[in-house]
Amino acid sequence: MTLTAIIFAGILTYFTRMTMIALISRDMLGDKIKAVLEYVPSAVFPAIIFPGIFINDFGTFIEMNDPKIFGALVAVIVGYFSKNIIATISAGLVSYWFLIFFVFS
Amino acid sequence: MLSKKQLFTRGMLDISPHMLSVIPFGIICGAIGVELGFHPYLVYAMSFIIFGGASQIVFLQLLSGGASSLVAVASVGIINSRHLLYGAVLSEYLEKLSFIKKLLISYVVVDQGFAESNKFFKKNRSEEFLHYHLIGTGCTMWVCWQIATLSGIVLGSFVPEELGLKFAIPLTFIAIVVQDLKKLDHVIVMITCGLSSLLFFDAPFKSYIIISPIIALFVAALLLRLKK
Repeated sequence: MTLTAIIFAGILTYFTRMTMIALISRDMLGDKIKAVLEYVPSAVFPAIIFPGIFINDFGTFIEMNDPKIFGALVAVIVGYFSKNIIATISAGLVSYWFLIFFVFS
Repeated sequence: MLSKKQLFTRGMLDISPHMLSVIPFGIICGAIGVELGFHPYLVYAMSFIIFGGASQIVFLQLLSGGASSLVAVASVGIINSRHLLYGAVLSEYLEKLSFIKKLLISYVVVDQGFAESNKFFKKNRSEEFLHYHLIGTGCTMWVCWQIATLSGIVLGSFVPEELGLKFAIPLTFIAIVVQDLKKLDHVIVMITCGLSSLLFFDAPFKSYIIISPIIALFVAALLLRLKK
């Protein structure tokens, strides 16, 4: 039963991956659409970033002094100047841990 | 001109820093599945059949919370519908491939792989075997995801919950978009998407994850019109 649902979910997910790659040809997308598609990373990833920072596990907004906000800011600054993915993630995590283990505890 | 092997390796190298967040997240996903009371084989089957991070957790949480299978399946479909946008961007670079190859390569398109390969594609349009970069990012992600979720299933949540490692996921995506903060138009699009995602967070079926990109792309289209 659950397996059937997983298989359907898998097929659906595969279709989301495959549809535009396999069934759309270049000519079907005009220049204007292509120009807009340039923005896809900037238009999609904040929908993962913002809730990941500002909404907690229970689906409610965090307080404005939540350590995640600080961790994210540190990650943005370190990422902007270092251009290094590992540095960005580590800086964000370490500053977050510093706050939750030493300051807020 | 880079060889297929060089491009594949480059793809592996480009995505590997993201494993710092993907591996702990995978372990958490596997552990949560078992904790929610699902059979370990089913939890693992998801990593193979769905292969889609957060959507796997949502699926199990919905089912264990008493939602119908239909709701769970629909939510996975909606959460993962953002791949349609990735596909639309990538289709330009994968055009020359045979239909079968397109079908195969589609299975390994993931967020971080799309982001890193798209960056590489933009700078190296003339390469003949570009798609090997995407195969490199996708396969690295696939192998790490399988190993990470399996470890979580077998060993349970050996990653201490107090570490809050789920927070590594937004950080990984910050690392992806942070250089675009130099461009005002991108900043406007990002803020539009981010604020919309908070505004529509309670929309049914987790649809904020596709509603907010659509709003942000509309804003992007408006900005393009203003620029002219």
